[in-house]
Amino acid sequence: MLLYSSITKKVLMALAGLFLVTFLCVHLGINLMLLKGDGGLMFSEAATFMGTNQVIKVFEIVLFAGFLLHILFGILVSFQNRAARPTAYACGNSSETSFFSKYMFHTGIIVFIFLVLHFIDFYFIKIGIVAPPPGIASHDFYHRTLLLFSSPWYSLLYIISFLFLGIHLNHAIQSGFQTLGWNHSKYMDAVKFIGSAYSLLITVGFSIVPLYILLSK
Amino acid sequence: MTRLNARAPEGPVAEKWTAYKAGCKLVNPNNKRKLDIIVVGTGLAGASAAASLGQLGYNVKVFCYQDTPRRAHSIAAQGGINAAKNYQNDGDSAYRLFYDTIKGGDYRAREANVYRLAEVSNQIIDLCVAQGVPFAREYGGLLTNRSFGGAQVSRTFYARGQTGQQLLLGAYGALSRQIAAGNVTLYNRRDVLDMVLVDGKARGIIARNLVTGEIERHAAHAVVLANGGYGNVFFLSTNAMGSNVTPAWSAYKKGAMFANPSFTQIHPTCIPVHGDAQSKLTLMSESLRNDGRIWVPAKLKDVERLRNKEVKPSDIPESDRDYYLERRYPAFGNLVPRDVASRAAKERCDAGFGVGTTGVAVYLDFADAIKRKGHDTIDSLYGNLFQMYQQIVAESPYETPMMIYPAVHYTMGGLWVDYELMTTIPGLYAIGECNFSDHGANRLGASALMQGLADGYFVLPYTIGNYLAAEIHTPRFDPASSEFNTAAQAVTDRLKSIKNTGAKESVDHFHRRLGKIMWEYCGMARNEAGLNEALYLIAELRGEYARGVKIPGGVNEYNPELEKACRVADFIDLGELMVRDALQRSESCGGHFREEYQTSEGEALRNDDEFAFVGAWEYKGRDAAQLHREELQFKEIKLSQRSYK
Amino acid sequence: MNLTLKIWRQKSATAEGQMVSYDVSGISADSSFFEMLDTLNQKLIMSGGDPVSFDHDCREGICGTCSLYINGRPHGPEKGVTTCQLHMRSFKDGDTIHIEPWRARAFPVISDLIVDRSAFDKIIQAGGYVSVNTGGVPDANTIPVPKEKSDEAFDAATCIGCGACVAACSNAAAMLFIGAKVSHLALLPQGQVEAAKRVQQMVACMDELGFGNCSNTYACEAECPKGISVSNIARMNREFLSAKLFAEKEKIIQDSL
Repeated sequence: MLLYSSITKKVLMALAGLFLVTFLCVHLGINLMLLKGDGGLMFSEAATFMGTNQVIKVFEIVLFAGFLLHILFGILVSFQNRAARPTAYACGNSSETSFFSKYMFHTGIIVFIFLVLHFIDFYFIKIGIVAPPPGIASHDFYHRTLLLFSSPWYSLLYIISFLFLGIHLNHAIQSGFQTLGWNHSKYMDAVKFIGSAYSLLITVGFSIVPLYILLSK
Repeated sequence: MTRLNARAPEGPVAEKWTAYKAGCKLVNPNNKRKLDIIVVGTGLAGASAAASLGQLGYNVKVFCYQDTPRRAHSIAAQGGINAAKNYQNDGDSAYRLFYDTIKGGDYRAREANVYRLAEVSNQIIDLCVAQGVPFAREYGGLLTNRSFGGAQVSRTFYARGQTGQQLLLGAYGALSRQIAAGNVTLYNRRDVLDMVLVDGKARGIIARNLVTGEIERHAAHAVVLANGGYGNVFFLSTNAMGSNVTPAWSAYKKGAMFANPSFTQIHPTCIPVHGDAQSKLTLMSESLRNDGRIWVPAKLKDVERLRNKEVKPSDIPESDRDYYLERRYPAFGNLVPRDVASRAAKERCDAGFGVGTTGVAVYLDFADAIKRKGHDTIDSLYGNLFQMYQQIVAESPYETPMMIYPAVHYTMGGLWVDYELMTTIPGLYAIGECNFSDHGANRLGASALMQGLADGYFVLPYTIGNYLAAEIHTPRFDPASSEFNTAAQAVTDRLKSIKNTGAKESVDHFHRRLGKIMWEYCGMARNEAGLNEALYLIAELRGEYARGVKIPGGVNEYNPELEKACRVADFIDLGELMVRDALQRSESCGGHFREEYQTSEGEALRNDDEFAFVGAWEYKGRDAAQLHREELQFKEIKLSQRSYK
Repeated sequence: MNLTLKIWRQKSATAEGQMVSYDVSGISADSSFFEMLDTLNQKLIMSGGDPVSFDHDCREGICGTCSLYINGRPHGPEKGVTTCQLHMRSFKDGDTIHIEPWRARAFPVISDLIVDRSAFDKIIQAGGYVSVNTGGVPDANTIPVPKEKSDEAFDAATCIGCGACVAACSNAAAMLFIGAKVSHLALLPQGQVEAAKRVQQMVACMDELGFGNCSNTYACEAECPKGISVSNIARMNREFLSAKLFAEKEKIIQDSL
């Protein structure tokens, strides 16, 4: 893995990243089922399907691999990049660039921290590593979610995390296209627009759920 | 005075090169590996030669003062490269290109060399296209051409305003390929300070590593100089800051003759001088003259009003403008050769019609062309040149005419070479701008790139074999031998003596003074009294230089002032030789205009009976030189008064 | 104009360096940036000081020798120009100007503001050419090239190898430099023959020399004095991927990689 060329590393990162982006879409769809107001019936059904279907189980492994790949390569590449300029400039760079693009590593770390918390709160409980809170079954994601979002602090943390994810994605999507070589003067503006729109959708979409739960409490 | 023999093959001019190639000696591939060649310079000539020789299998060492070969000043050539392809079906042929070059050079070039140049020109285009040089194309996908000064056909291939850059990148690519293959070794950031002769033959060089200051010795079976022109003798020129004459000059001091040193080309379309701190001049491609019309106000009162910014150039009505080139030369108009255009600009400015704050500039106006061809067409043709102009002058040529003035640009003179491009030192070759061979007294536009690449790709690889064939039994030279020791010691001593003078003024101070003398007395127009004055002033300057140049830093370290000091010392000596040469040539021809010899209309007046020769100077000590002649015989072309009317 | 200059001074490659402050006065707004530095150097020489070393040659924006990092930007504040074409009218009287060398592991400092960019030569040597010999090529008009392709190739070929892309990049990556050469040659039929081999070898060489990766911040494009587009990087990525995935492997390439 270390020996992969710089472009190969970036390409694998981009592929994993774009895969994760599509996963977010599925995840968002399931989350939005919470808004249906059917007492979590549809949401739980979907959660059960995701937890038991054999095909999805395979995809779960792929998904974890995607996370791992994206994160490991991200760290590796960042260290290499730092090594490429051992002496820093005395006068910081003021070139015109997209502001967010310079902070992919930082936003990535914040999203990663959230991801760990998210795993502890849901996945680890499901597989039994962490004990569920009293009164909630380990596979009962619906009540678990309601409980978490009933805390304004947790909701705030959640929303902020998705804000950073949105920032990350805003650059990431068009960047992924560029890395994969899918850059064409005819389409690049559209790609950039779709990327920004999608990142907005993810941030807003995921943030609606805690807000809805908080407000409807 | 000895008469020099160019040793061109006998026979009709069109068959000489074929005959030469059929008869020249070859070196077999196994023996090529045993032969070393040093190439000095990595411009079009040097890079193409080094790449081609490396490809043939010789061991090549190539030297440049820049940090990489790709930066040699060939990159600055904007306009294009000539070739007799006749893709435009406008009647071009090798003979026409040959004819135009001889005529453009005011009949002071050698027929055999020029014909060969015209003959191989087509191969250059083929090779460059194969290398991936992105020449301009038609919508049908085939190559396009533009016309250039001094020709009535469109034979110039170009890559927007960056032809030199693109051609050099092609040659640099070829060179890089040979470096990667191990056939060529690159020595960058090196100044070549002396030639080493063993038994009268060129066998090596002494170089200074510019980063460490170390003096290095390099031995070879033959040495090729491709160190470019010496326009920087004028201080202000369009040459790069580092362009210098030192390798060629050290060869001159070791016995290579220096031919026609006074033949310098003043380019008509440069950005005018702005002030005293100016360090160099920027050229605007001559191709601009295809669409731009040159004029000055016809009335002195308009000159005054323009200078006081009371009116804009566009306010001057047509009837009050003097399109002096179109007026004086109706047939060629704005496309007359460079020397003619330059002198005409000087004539107008001297008469008080110059524009701009300094009064030494003329207008180059695109208003008509923009009206006729449209903004977009003009933009696609000259966009980057306009941008460059705007960056320097802060005015847009789309809105107001450009201001231009002539500046030193190219030197036709250089080391004397025979038909094989060998100097008078056996085994020492000179190619590209640093030889004198193909442009006579004036070079036509888009011919420098052609000559550099012709010499490097297609001429030298043949002719050097003819010499090296006899060297296959000569073992590699030992750079520790006494000849190398002596030369290296001389270089070390010279550096020390330059470093340890009285320390009064900086190198640039002296260089600037030399430039003023040369521009004033040995520039666009010369006369006997002025040239004699220049001789006196240069001798005086040299004395002061020897006593009082201030150089900080040490000899054994990175020291750009020391580099400059060596170069300027050689420029001072060269300046003197240029003036001597201008004095001896009691005629006007091409870039050499002696005021005493002009027609009643102010045109250059040649004296073919007495001066149809190449004047080659032999070094005879620091302030003495002996003139030798190579008589020029014109068998194919009838000499006539150049007329562009 | 009167200015304060803060300049990186470093005697040699191995010496320690530091920022040193200088004052210059009486500078004409029409002077170029280098003419301003010339004035400083003349003053330093005459007062027994050590002049500032900087790389420069053609002074007309085409050779790519000049390399100054001025106020946090390679080649200074103007877009699309090299340092030598930067004029003092781009600054205000009384300004403080920070001048530093390019910073990258692959571009070690030689002296003051001069860096060693031979890494770029090595990358070109790894394959940035079409392998044709002098002689034995077809007539120039044998292969028509669509004007659009030829123009696009030219746009990529205008790279002057100055290294501003590396200097500007937060990762000191050389992707724009290599992307430009790969694109230039891949767009032309003459260069396509070796395209797969070329891109792999050049990228391998780039990695070996210690340049960073591309984060697609596009600072390179913003600072390139010739305005070379990052679409050339995408094209290189495309070429690289298709070479890795689909190109026939030649034994020698496999070994050399």
